[in-house]
Amino acid sequence: MLEVDAIHAAYGQVKVLFGLSITVRPGEIHCLLGRNGAGKTTTVKSIMGLVPLLSGTVTMDGEHLSELEPYEIPGRRVGLIPQGRRLFAELTVEENLEIGLLVRNTGDAAKERVLDMFPRLRERLQQPAATLSGGEQQMLAVARALCIEPKVLLLDEPTEGLQPSMIELIRSALKRLRDEGVAILLVEQRIDAVLSVADRVSFIENGRNVETLPAEEAVRDRGKLAKYLGV
Amino acid sequence: MDFGPHLFLATLEGAITAAVISLTAAGLSIVFGIMRVVNVAHGEFFMLGAVGAWWVTTAVGGHPAFGFAAALIAAPLFVGAIAALADRLVLFRLGYDPERTIVATIGILYVIQQVTLMTFGPDARPVEPPFNKRIPIPWLGIGENGLELTWPWGLATTTYKLAVIVAAAVILFGVWQFLSRTRFGLLMRATQLDREMATAFGIPVRKIYARVFGFGAAIAALGAVLIVPVQQAHYLMGTDPLLLSFIVVIIGGLGSLPGTIVAAVLIGMSDGIISVFFSPTLAKILATLLVAFVLVFRPQGLFGKAQA
Ligand SMILES: Nc1ncnc2c1ncn2[C@@H]1O[C@H](COP(=O)(O)OP(=O)(O)O)[C@@H](O)[C@H]1O
Ligand SMILES: [Mg+2]
Repeated sequence: MLEVDAIHAAYGQVKVLFGLSITVRPGEIHCLLGRNGAGKTTTVKSIMGLVPLLSGTVTMDGEHLSELEPYEIPGRRVGLIPQGRRLFAELTVEENLEIGLLVRNTGDAAKERVLDMFPRLRERLQQPAATLSGGEQQMLAVARALCIEPKVLLLDEPTEGLQPSMIELIRSALKRLRDEGVAILLVEQRIDAVLSVADRVSFIENGRNVETLPAEEAVRDRGKLAKYLGV
Repeated sequence: MDFGPHLFLATLEGAITAAVISLTAAGLSIVFGIMRVVNVAHGEFFMLGAVGAWWVTTAVGGHPAFGFAAALIAAPLFVGAIAALADRLVLFRLGYDPERTIVATIGILYVIQQVTLMTFGPDARPVEPPFNKRIPIPWLGIGENGLELTWPWGLATTTYKLAVIVAAAVILFGVWQFLSRTRFGLLMRATQLDREMATAFGIPVRKIYARVFGFGAAIAALGAVLIVPVQQAHYLMGTDPLLLSFIVVIIGGLGSLPGTIVAAVLIGMSDGIISVFFSPTLAKILATLLVAFVLVFRPQGLFGKAQA
């Protein structure tokens, strides 16, 4: 279980998060929804230790992630699929996966599992990541994170700019991981992007988690959608 | 008839300069490529390598080859450790800010130079080469019996000088293999490409930086150990390699290892040839002019990528 408790975070002098709290349970897909600039990416980066906290804590199964060195956090089985994919562009597909495998020395078994999940990557192992199509790059971003064999998976707008077929592929992968007990935090800007997979939804506005509710309720509540997302 | 042999000799001298400069420039280029630190103290790490070689060869008795072999290992390790320490004490504390690290490495330059002056002294000191057989330079000419080898002007090189060229090539090949084939090389390249994502995938960027800085300095020191039997150790000997390394790295493209090597051969050769036929000063003037042209017309260098 990932527990983000009342975190405040800032870039230099600019405060972005104001006491944000969110809990992601094992075996659930928890969606963090909010407008552009609401602080979603900052939340994800704070969990990874990439943005320092001013106050508040991030714990996973009782361990304080926020007291670790940032580079130690992925080793606790936290996998990140960052906004914009952020692959190591000049490294090959295989080398990108290798980076993920080295985090916990998960080795060939993890690699095979991930490549079985995304067979198209297997055909392109020696290709530089930058030469993949957009959809393949997103597969690689997911695959790289799965090489860690994460207990917590953070996805920051993974469907941005993808074709519907690719979005479907990512969704079905997420459902599978959820059923295996992974705690998934899925960040999106639009409700329709998460409709079919979300278990719970949190709305974020100006760096605060304003509301968390079951996905069915969120979908039905036009008023809230209009208020928090502008749809 | 005497232009040919002189050109040959100049080319050979140029190749030696190219060999050493490609090593020092590779170190500078790797440090800049991965850490974005312009290391103005790089020439001093080179100098420390030469001075270290003098200490080691003086301490180890027997055949010069023993001392030299010990220096080849000990001097780069020693210099690498000093550089890693400088990284920890200075660069890390500045958060690797590109501008402040320039000023800081200027400071490191003077500290190293003055400490060397106080301990090693102001004199140039020779290091004996491990082997040093004279090879007269032959010239292929038309003689009474048709084509024949002659030894005009008594020009010669030595086996050691030829070995320097070969050794530099071997070391560069090793560095390239290290970067492209080893696990540590992979982590270095990932850190270079995206420091934040490297952290998000468990790479201890701080440790990588300390080691990269040490590694870059150690390569320069290795180049110095190779050249010191030809050149002598002196506390001011770091200036020229620093200038030439910058020239080479800018022409080759910052952070591009193949570009660095091509530019080192270009600059080293022309430096050798122009120095022999005209003057070393003219060689430096022309190289600096070339840098100016590259900066104006192709600021990313011959092999660099446009925005990198
Ligand atoms: N590196 C940064 N430096 C300064 N401000 C930033 C930085 N990144 C994001 N911000 C600001 O923080 C706020 C939240 O950004 P972000 O977390 O990226 O929002 P979201 O992901 O929800 O679109 C925005 O106002 C943005 O301008
Ligand atoms: Mg964002």
